[in-house]
Amino acid sequence: MYNTTHEFSVSSLRYLDENGVAVKSIPQELNQSELVMKAYEAMQLGRLVDKKAIALQRTGKMGTYPSILGQEAIGAAIGLAMHQEDVLAPYYRDMIAQYLRGVTLAEILLYWGGDERGSAYQRCKKDFPNCVPIATQLCHAAGAAVQMKVQGVHRATVATCGEGATSKGDFLESLNLAGAWQLPLVVVVNNNQWAISTPRSVQTSAETIAQKAIGAGIRGIQVDGNDFFAVYDAVRTALKRAYDGKGATLIEAVTYRLGDHTTADDATRYRKSEELQQAWDAEPLKRMRAFMDAQYDWDDDKEQAMLEALAAKVDAATQEYLETPPEPPTAMFDYLFEEMPTGLQQQRAEVAIRQLAKGGV
Amino acid sequence: MNQAVHLSHEVTMIEAINLALHRAMSEHPDVVVLGEDVAVNGGVFRATDQLRARYGIKRVMDTPLAETLIAGVTVGMAAQGLRPVAEIQFMGFIYATMEQIVSHAARLRNRTRGRLHCPMVIRAPFGGGIHAPEHHSESTEALFAHVPGLRVVIPSSPARAYGLLLAAIRNNDPVIFLEPKRIYRSSKSVVVDDGKALPLDTSFVLRRGKDITLISWGASIKETMEAAAKLGEQGVDAEVIDVASVSPIDYQPMLESLEKTGRCLIVHEAARHCGVGAEIAATLQERAFPYLAQPISRVTGYDTIMPYFKNEMHYLPDVNRIVELAQGMVSASREVQHETV
Repeated sequence: MYNTTHEFSVSSLRYLDENGVAVKSIPQELNQSELVMKAYEAMQLGRLVDKKAIALQRTGKMGTYPSILGQEAIGAAIGLAMHQEDVLAPYYRDMIAQYLRGVTLAEILLYWGGDERGSAYQRCKKDFPNCVPIATQLCHAAGAAVQMKVQGVHRATVATCGEGATSKGDFLESLNLAGAWQLPLVVVVNNNQWAISTPRSVQTSAETIAQKAIGAGIRGIQVDGNDFFAVYDAVRTALKRAYDGKGATLIEAVTYRLGDHTTADDATRYRKSEELQQAWDAEPLKRMRAFMDAQYDWDDDKEQAMLEALAAKVDAATQEYLETPPEPPTAMFDYLFEEMPTGLQQQRAEVAIRQLAKGGV
Repeated sequence: MNQAVHLSHEVTMIEAINLALHRAMSEHPDVVVLGEDVAVNGGVFRATDQLRARYGIKRVMDTPLAETLIAGVTVGMAAQGLRPVAEIQFMGFIYATMEQIVSHAARLRNRTRGRLHCPMVIRAPFGGGIHAPEHHSESTEALFAHVPGLRVVIPSSPARAYGLLLAAIRNNDPVIFLEPKRIYRSSKSVVVDDGKALPLDTSFVLRRGKDITLISWGASIKETMEAAAKLGEQGVDAEVIDVASVSPIDYQPMLESLEKTGRCLIVHEAARHCGVGAEIAATLQERAFPYLAQPISRVTGYDTIMPYFKNEMHYLPDVNRIVELAQGMVSASREVQHETV
């Protein structure tokens, strides 16, 4: 019969269980009050912004919005583990990571509110904007990693996507290149079990998403995506390896999409409520809170004070978003090319004149 | 000794493209070249010959066989400060790149309000007439010309290939650079390797004439110029305009020409329906209707699948089709003028 020539295995990582009890010793450099507080605050902020965004959408003050409910640990871990000079190529459930890297809450709201300036980040200027076409950002991230390699920059690119994206060619082609060219790339798959109505089981028969790294010749690991420490540890280790020229890592963060796909979706059409109830038991904030109560003297009063401060921040950003006047309609022409072609100048003039006739600017 | 004189010699279009790539890589360290078989092999048509030897493995990259990836990685590299020039080996395989080009390359500057942009070129040989296998002969430039945010450039001579490719690489926005492979090696002409670019968004008048304006681009310029010569022998003085940038299009020379000739015939290899010729005809009738003595006409490929090579010559516009239609247009309106008089 056949001889075994290569054998592979997939490893997984979890520090905190669903009740916030450490099932494994948390490394000292992770279990620091400053990091823990930042992570918890970012996760709580994300949840508040999420709630606000949905409320704005429901009242006609914002466009279709994809909830990040249940994915907060992943965003916080990526945002806190990355170096400012790394590059993030996010998909559309990475608001917390983006915020931690310098995207403002007002910019985040502007983007979902139908204003291109929401992606004109004033800080983290090299990060890619939200990527809507599934998995295409993986190629951009690989390209950014090539740029780092070509120009000798010892930094890394982080790309994120959902588990649905792992079925696409862009995902597999990018992983393959990252292996072939030993690129400084970290790919974090937010495996939240649902791609709109398509469950993980329909997406692939692979036992794990992490094992898709094996075919590309790169490192792949699975982590509990609801455990901040596990995701953070995996991302920082992957980044360190990338900086050191040791190549790319695929991280499968196993979590659950507690919300609908977007505000335009109704998950009750395809998802059992028992499954959702179960998933709530494993959600990331609850376990972090329990851990902090036990380890960091956290309590309801401190929690309340923090939530109030964060709510004020969200309200201020919402105000800024709502008070931002739209760009003049001629802006649709102004950023298409560095040098505007003649034909476009004529169309722009037409729009400008129509706007003037309406008494606008 | 004058360097320009020293460097000028007769080259084919493929050699001119190679010269431009060498020139661009030598003058700017951020210019990198990537694609299938472009490095060690120097490209299946040799467009990238000797680049790897001269500029090394970091700047001249053989990619895995994955067109989507090539386009997407090119977007990522460009957004982060490189000036990538990617080759898609044949236009027949470019369709896998559409999402990356349409949804990202063309949009990145706009969707970030200028924060990020894509100084990138995607080169691809295209068009029929070289007896190639299936999927190697189509002309689908209109697919890209339709997309806002892209430039689509097609050279028709060695000198324009050199000058326009340099311009495309130096431009800070994405350019789809389509190379008519039928004329890669069909003729030689003098190219001065002086690093001078030709302007983008510009059409070029190749022949002056007063009776009819023939508008074309790419390989069809060859038949169009031959038709103009033949028409000349028959007493019809044709002006020939090479569109060169099929998006955005420079209409000025066409409008000036129509004011003079009053007749316009558009020649292209691509299928007629929604071809670039339709856009040119529509725009010219909007803007030059008073000059027109005749409806604008087209000689194009047919609205069918490009036949395999045994029959491809029946699909491609040839000199006779151009001459016959042009001659008919000129004599028809001459008769009308005569009757009016």
